[in-house]
Amino acid sequence: MADTRTIEIEVLRYNPEKDTEPHFQTFKVPFTHDTSVLQGLQYIKDHLDGSLTFRWSCRMAICGSCGKMVNGRPELSCHTFLRDYYPGKVRIEPLNHFPIVRDLVIDQTDFFNNKLPSVKPYVVSKESKPLSAGTFLQTPKQFHSYYQYSQCINCLLCYAACPQYGLKPGFTGPAALALMHRYNADSRDRGWEERAEILNAEDGVWGCTLVGYCSEVCPKHVDPAHAINQNKVNSTMDYFGVRKLLMPKGGA
Amino acid sequence: MQSVQTDVVVVGGGGAGLRAAIAVAESDPRLRIALVSKVVPMRSHTVAAEGGSAGVIRTDDSLDNHFDDTVGGGDWLCDQDVVEYFVAHCTEEMTQLEHWGCPWSRKDDGHVNVRFFGGMKVQRTWFAADKTGFHMLHTLFQTSLKYPSIKRYDEFFCADLIVEDGRVQGVVAIDIASGEFHLLECKAAIICTGGAGRVFGQNTNAGIVTGDGMGIAFRHGVPLRDMEFVQWHPTALPGTGVLITEGCRGEGGILTNKDGYRYLQDYGLGPPDPWPRPKAMELGPRDRLSQAFWHEEQKGRTVSTPLGHAVWLDLRQLGAAKIHERLPMITEVAKVFAGVDPVVAPIPVRPAVHYTMGGILCNGQTATPLKGLFTAGECSSVGIHGANRLGSNSLAEIVVFGKVAGEEAARHAKVTGAGKSDAARQQAEAVEKRLLGLLGKDKGERVATIRDEMHEAMETGVGIFRKADGMQAACAKLVQLRDRYRRGLKLDDRNRAFNTEWLSAIELGFTLELAEVIAQSALHRKESRGAHTRLDEFKERDDANYLKHTLAHRTGDGPPRIEYTPVTITKSPPKTRVYGGEGKKAVMT
Repeated sequence: MADTRTIEIEVLRYNPEKDTEPHFQTFKVPFTHDTSVLQGLQYIKDHLDGSLTFRWSCRMAICGSCGKMVNGRPELSCHTFLRDYYPGKVRIEPLNHFPIVRDLVIDQTDFFNNKLPSVKPYVVSKESKPLSAGTFLQTPKQFHSYYQYSQCINCLLCYAACPQYGLKPGFTGPAALALMHRYNADSRDRGWEERAEILNAEDGVWGCTLVGYCSEVCPKHVDPAHAINQNKVNSTMDYFGVRKLLMPKGGA
Repeated sequence: MQSVQTDVVVVGGGGAGLRAAIAVAESDPRLRIALVSKVVPMRSHTVAAEGGSAGVIRTDDSLDNHFDDTVGGGDWLCDQDVVEYFVAHCTEEMTQLEHWGCPWSRKDDGHVNVRFFGGMKVQRTWFAADKTGFHMLHTLFQTSLKYPSIKRYDEFFCADLIVEDGRVQGVVAIDIASGEFHLLECKAAIICTGGAGRVFGQNTNAGIVTGDGMGIAFRHGVPLRDMEFVQWHPTALPGTGVLITEGCRGEGGILTNKDGYRYLQDYGLGPPDPWPRPKAMELGPRDRLSQAFWHEEQKGRTVSTPLGHAVWLDLRQLGAAKIHERLPMITEVAKVFAGVDPVVAPIPVRPAVHYTMGGILCNGQTATPLKGLFTAGECSSVGIHGANRLGSNSLAEIVVFGKVAGEEAARHAKVTGAGKSDAARQQAEAVEKRLLGLLGKDKGERVATIRDEMHEAMETGVGIFRKADGMQAACAKLVQLRDRYRRGLKLDDRNRAFNTEWLSAIELGFTLELAEVIAQSALHRKESRGAHTRLDEFKERDDANYLKHTLAHRTGDGPPRIEYTPVTITKSPPKTRVYGGEGKKAVMT
């Protein structure tokens, strides 16, 4: 194509079967105006080095698979474009703060197997309503109190951005705490008491030091920092034993 | 090789697989469930579904309407007994999702809202803005965490089934992180691995949609049904194929050619006004709209873009407020991937492969002819889509039939004794040896070379419109590609840990066979019906000879053997499909 240019992509490589530590490798990749960073990596894999390893799937910023550090910033590689880095190089690394499995692939099991389940991210209800009785009503106000926090795609960019998670891997972290708030804030849910122990713990909302970079890098505008800080208020009310009194739903 | 004892293995962690796993867990909490998925479940392609999911709730709608729209939309190739069951259970499943927390979009009075979709007489599509699949999938995934009997095997690649004594006794899976093989012994397995859109080059599908489950079932002698029926979605971005939801037109968006003319009126879908009008113009079915684009392109009336020809999808008349409320993801996608703000400019769109109407043969209770094997979702052919799927029926399908599959597999597992572990292990070791053999080749072609040639052959020969000579050329090319594949690929990556090149090579083996099944099934169907439309002497529907399902049987290295079986007609004898015509302007909700 007429506007094809060439950019240098510097990629972190690490093969657990061979390497003692990670190193960088540089590839020259042709690109046009609409070539994403992900497509740059795919070009390398298809044509230059089939062993380059990275996750991807939907390539339209909804599956959450393809998060990488791109020139030091957590990004979804499918909606970050090579044109924006040219004529400089673009350096691609695995997301910060996670162990590396291979090349750009991180070990994400701590989030999926521990942190996410720990916040009970599902509707906890007091009594079940039969399906034949139809749906619950939700006013626009009730709907909007949780809707924004339901947009999380679990891409983990916020964990790569969070300095606290880097220092204290036990911190429940932005996405999981935002999802906890999403369910606490849902008018169909009565689970906040069950979630309170995780929320109030040192590794819960109080683990956050208000840096706010998580919200800045969130590709879906979930604003986990806001969710966490709203819950510091709730947690304080819990401490003084007044939340149940003041806010029967738990203050979400 | 590690070996695990389970009762039910669910292969695939998308909407159908998760719904099936939950149904097994609710049927009997003592059953041990293994949920095997090559990606973490919420990465599954259900996540990318946008527009919505069907379920009758309006007082001016009825199950008969949903039935008629589905059967007519499918050009009478649907099994009507299965469609009757389906339409009767959609709303209950939508309600179930609501109880589980799905953020369905609502009206100001707090009730769930529904929108129009193509080929639909009355608004019937439940939606969560334009991220319906995303919200359904996350709701199902998060809800699945409540059930301790569901053990997840995330990023485990299903390599094969173990079949012994004529029944499924296990699944062999590769732990992607380590490259180690695992044998999951089971009494029942449910395949929910999605479609095969990646057989084609320009498609709306995620990279993982490679038809693995179809390929595995096929190799074990289960026929694939109606595979020639491939849906082209009429509105995808040129180049990338990123989906622009039918919900855009459901909310009132229009399609124009390079002259600003609403060209659909020239293809039996007009008159253009009043607009919007159900089952007319832009609210026609997907097959007709994609075919109309092809004609416009032939006439030179499409827009030329750097990424190929396109038409305009114009949302401007909806206004910024409605666009941002109802179509936030489309707004973002159009800006990021096409550089267009739909509030102020039209979006360039063109058809791209979207959905596999056919799939693994199963009955209305999701059971395949192989004992102990069940299937649900896009990989299955349960019989509701016929020759052309109606938009918003696939999200409903995954939960309605995902649940059935879970219940049926649970029932089967409870009355089935343990299998033969020694024999299963021997088979699993043979699978391991065969697949490890792919890693060691010193000579051969690259995965991308054969994959790209397959794409080219399918786009050229088995596209929106088909002719005998084009399909024959595609079939011949696929024989050659399968032969080259068998001679071996050379992989740059010889390691075991997270070797995605190796997995791509295994996937390519499946897609090549499926491509051949699609091309051969298409070549044999000497008529035009729904999404299978021919430009040679078979331009018309031929009910006398082809009101039948196609069954493709594997013959080993050769092309599949094609047979036909009857379609179940209960109450709607075949008629002419009619869209467009005079009508009143719809009241939008």
